[in-house]
Amino acid sequence: MRNISVIFLKQLKDTFKNKAVLIQFVMFPLMAVIMENSVKIEDMPENFFVKLFSVMFVGMAPLICVSSIISEEKEKNTLRALMMSNVKPFEYLCGIGSYVWLMCMVGTAVFAICGKFSGKELGIFLLIMVVGIALSELIGAVIGIFSRNQMSATSVTVPVMMIFSFLPMLSMFNEKIEKIANLTYTQQLSNVINGLGNSSATLENIIVPALNFLLAVVLFLVAFKIRGI
Amino acid sequence: MIKAIEAKNICKSFWEKKVLDGISFDVEKGGICGLLGPSGAGKTTLIKILTGQLEADSGTSIVNGINSNALTGAECRKFGIMMDNFGLYERLSCYDNLKVFAGIYGIGKSRIYEILEAVGLADSAKKAASELSKGMSSRLRLARVLLHNPEIIFLDEPTSGLDPATAEEIQRLILAEKAKGRTIFLTTHDMAEAEKLCCDIALLNDGKIVEQGNPKEICRRYNHRKMLKIHLKSGEDMEIPHDEKSAEIVANLLRKGTAETIHTSEPNLEAVFMNLTGKELAK
Repeated sequence: MRNISVIFLKQLKDTFKNKAVLIQFVMFPLMAVIMENSVKIEDMPENFFVKLFSVMFVGMAPLICVSSIISEEKEKNTLRALMMSNVKPFEYLCGIGSYVWLMCMVGTAVFAICGKFSGKELGIFLLIMVVGIALSELIGAVIGIFSRNQMSATSVTVPVMMIFSFLPMLSMFNEKIEKIANLTYTQQLSNVINGLGNSSATLENIIVPALNFLLAVVLFLVAFKIRGI
Repeated sequence: MIKAIEAKNICKSFWEKKVLDGISFDVEKGGICGLLGPSGAGKTTLIKILTGQLEADSGTSIVNGINSNALTGAECRKFGIMMDNFGLYERLSCYDNLKVFAGIYGIGKSRIYEILEAVGLADSAKKAASELSKGMSSRLRLARVLLHNPEIIFLDEPTSGLDPATAEEIQRLILAEKAKGRTIFLTTHDMAEAEKLCCDIALLNDGKIVEQGNPKEICRRYNHRKMLKIHLKSGEDMEIPHDEKSAEIVANLLRKGTAETIHTSEPNLEAVFMNLTGKELAK
């Protein structure tokens, strides 16, 4: 537990000096606040920007942050130094995972306040965000573990992140894209968020993220077995 | 002799290339052992095997009485490892860099300040690691290694690429650790450093140990020419065989008052290495 908290605090201290990571936590919540309060279009759905950006946030921020942190530590060999100091891979991953999760939950709180969610709506929104962030973190960890350095991590992270964060938005304009997007957890989270207060979650909304999660766990285990940390 | 490190017939190949070929040596507890060899000789690979970061193809390495392949995290805590490529958290300050590891080892703040003072970085405690010079970075990495008072210290080229003053400062710190009874295993291609620091050395070439023992003894062993080097007051240097006739020549020079200095001319480690391998050590 001590090692986890040390890694957590190290990352927290690093956040304010690491602009590349900090911007991920701040960008979408800030954009949601600005757009929600400044753009008013007739017939625009309620909390349109909050719902749009929160899904993009889930698909992008945790994924980029986790893969970037792991790959940077691998590239600079600070991770090796930690491992040789008796920090176990599980402790390291928990440390950075809990840090990214907490920072993303702060962003989630901004979305929730901006969207004025309350009661059951707030509960479902938070639950969805928790699940989405965890899943994205897992995928980020897979990329981070597979990558030898930051450059190779970025080259994989960007397309993966674009699939998960932009497909839900693009699916609004094209039915074919929607069919593909429906296979991703972010699209299912988007469906639930868009239906907040109107409709209840369908079986598809649960099964698809669960299958995505299973796939991510398998990939994580494979990556860990092949590359270690 | 209590052995802190034992290597027996270690072999390691990467694909077709044999990097280490039957390496055997012992390191006495509380001593400094140096592994000398040119770049690519297999020095870092050997440190990685000894510290359990890499598995040997064959042979055994025992560190602190435990096989390197079976080292647990708790055992690793007794080591301090400074590899050439172990980085620092560049955005964090010197103090925060050490605080991370102090937290892992369960060490208090006072020790962080103590070690920063010892390596001469107390005034730069708040400076980000990215702002440090190469010499200061090396000292910070050494501070990280020494932070938890390890029993055995592995140093991979600790003064490589440093200016002479910083290198000497690091050497002073290494000798201070030896005085505390720590066992130190270091790799270097600097023969002067090895002669200054090490009780024992092993000369590594193309994955094989070509000679090992006390540096002075090795030099004496290869002193086949046995010459005397005389520096004359006129500025000239002369070398004469160190035999029964040399006493007469030296006496004459001293009588005339023409000799300024007289030394026995022994080969240094560089010359021994050259003699054994036909290669220069620093290459």
